[in-house]
Amino acid sequence: MRQKLARVLSGVAISALVFGGAAACKADSGSEGGGSSAACDLKLGFFGPLTGDAAGLGIHMRNGTKLAIDQYNKENADCKVNLEEYDSQGDPAKAAPLAQKAASDTKVVGIVGPAFSGESEVADPIFNQVSLPIITPSATRPSLSTKGWKIFHRGVGNDTSQGPAAGRYIKNVMKAQKVYVVDDQSAYGAGLVDEVKKIIGTVAGEDKVQVKQTNFSAVVTKIVGSGADVLFFGGYYTEAGLLLKQLKGAGWKGTMVAGDGVNDANFISVAGQQVAEGTILTCPCAPATAAKGTFVTDYKAAFENAEPGTYADVSYDITKIFLEGIKSGKASREDLLAFVKAYNKAGGATGVTYKFEGTGELDPAQVLVWAFKVNAGKVVPDIEIPKA
Amino acid sequence: MNFDELVGNFPALTITGLEQGAIYALVALGYTLVYGVLRLINFAHSEVFMVGTFTALWTWEALGYNQNSPSPAFGPLLLALLAGLAVAAIASAATAVTVELVAYRPLRRRNAPPLAFLITAIGASFVLAESFGIGTARAPFGMPTLIKSETVFTVFGAGVTNVQLLILGVTLVMMVGLDQFVNRSRLGRGIRAVAQDADTAALMGVNKNRVILLVFVLGGIMAGVAALLWNVRYGYTKFNIGFLIGLKAFAAAVLGGIGNLRGALLGGLLLGVAENYAAGLFGGDWKDFTGFVLLVVLLMFRPTGLLGESLGRARA
Repeated sequence: MRQKLARVLSGVAISALVFGGAAACKADSGSEGGGSSAACDLKLGFFGPLTGDAAGLGIHMRNGTKLAIDQYNKENADCKVNLEEYDSQGDPAKAAPLAQKAASDTKVVGIVGPAFSGESEVADPIFNQVSLPIITPSATRPSLSTKGWKIFHRGVGNDTSQGPAAGRYIKNVMKAQKVYVVDDQSAYGAGLVDEVKKIIGTVAGEDKVQVKQTNFSAVVTKIVGSGADVLFFGGYYTEAGLLLKQLKGAGWKGTMVAGDGVNDANFISVAGQQVAEGTILTCPCAPATAAKGTFVTDYKAAFENAEPGTYADVSYDITKIFLEGIKSGKASREDLLAFVKAYNKAGGATGVTYKFEGTGELDPAQVLVWAFKVNAGKVVPDIEIPKA
Repeated sequence: MNFDELVGNFPALTITGLEQGAIYALVALGYTLVYGVLRLINFAHSEVFMVGTFTALWTWEALGYNQNSPSPAFGPLLLALLAGLAVAAIASAATAVTVELVAYRPLRRRNAPPLAFLITAIGASFVLAESFGIGTARAPFGMPTLIKSETVFTVFGAGVTNVQLLILGVTLVMMVGLDQFVNRSRLGRGIRAVAQDADTAALMGVNKNRVILLVFVLGGIMAGVAALLWNVRYGYTKFNIGFLIGLKAFAAAVLGGIGNLRGALLGGLLLGVAENYAAGLFGGDWKDFTGFVLLVVLLMFRPTGLLGESLGRARA
């Protein structure tokens, strides 16, 4: 019985190889015939949370990516690029097998993501081994660009631009007297808090919480007791929403400031509108709702009238970098990597000129940081935070 | 170490610790009751709590509240609380009974070894949590602030809020009620009899399976009450909310002496307070660490917990 099964399986495998090979040959001959025309049926991966605590952040990025690919496929109906989704749930523990899956699928020639810093630490080395180029629209931990991963590119500024800008906003715009800082001990949250502390100098107090923590009574007691008028939270929206809800419940009157990990509509649905009102959220990106060209109207038309969320526009632009490469005949991972490294053009939605340094960081002159504010239950742009 | 933080906020840390501990205690009762009768650690109990938080939330949504609703007046508030309580208690009890009927009873009938029960319990827990995870897209859910938290009086400079009084009050009432039920009523005598010696109790005419079912119902109701209090206080749920609370509640039950109802209360309150002190002294990142170190150290000196394992022997 078992032998029979093995024989059937190997039969299937062989026929898959034969047909797969035939298909590949066909695609190859096509590209040869057309000279510079693109290779077909290649895949671009999106790597990030589509379910789970932080799905709200990932879905907008996936939508931006999807929009770019759908538009490309409409123009190149005879030679499409497919979107492959890798739902990491934002969890570094789930990142390794997903990254392996993407790495071993030779049709995947580029990755938009990984969305978060923690999962990047796990997934990027795997991509690096197979020279699979990535551009992350949102993983902002500074050290990611110092690991020597040749495939790494960051389409936004990192926390060394976001953190100090948040610090400057607290110090110069809000003119806060006492600032309390809390982080969630994640790669991203702790890094951001470090940068904020450098600008602010002496803080009223600091504490750490845990991802998935739900009862914040001890840290709430400390913050209220410290008399802080501003809380900077380094972490993601679920914990931020719960912490703020419990703080306001304990009678705290101050303002929370947090980074791009909280900059999402889900923050308001966890905290509730009244609680979230007035919260300041930073982002090393321009408002996606004010993106250039037809991006906002196209996005709304494609996704049931949803407003584009944080990084949707960045994801759209960096996906287009890959698509442009594929269109110009860069069909292998190595060719596409070289194409991204040499890229130097402005994105259609963000207006940012995508030009990467040797480390994969975005050219610092192109990095801008915005402050957003929760107003009447919506995250609305406040000001672009001035450079120091 | 930050002694100023601990000493300065000592009263406030104590109060919020007691409030969290009360919820641990109510959930711990479910572990203790089942363990007392079956010598089984019902790991699916954390999911019984989770089901309670979701069903109470859905009840409120059906009554027209969402996370942005303002706090209602007293009349509608009472209705919302009681309706949420009833639905959560019934749903949690039904979940507990379902787990017993589907997962444990067939194993008992076949005289399965204890290890089979343990792995079945863990499996049941995963099935419940994951089915809610898939059903709710693993999203977090915010809830309306039904009771606006207001300081009623202050103790040593720390405000005690109406919500905290409600939580502690309800927990004490449920505890005393359950304790009296088990120790004084006819059905309670049945529970104690089966806990002491199931075979002899059966010879005396106690229907063992009915007693076991009753134990699951009682534990489920307590978890449902805990879920409602949780919703009122923390206003948030998610498919995996039960995991950490279940683990803490189980630790609380062991701390007080598993199988012992009063031990569950003591263990729950102690764990809640100790965690808060630790968070004050060492910082929030040491909170869980300290809770479990406390448990391990205590078990070294009192292996059966603070009050001993004695559902059956307490007042037999």
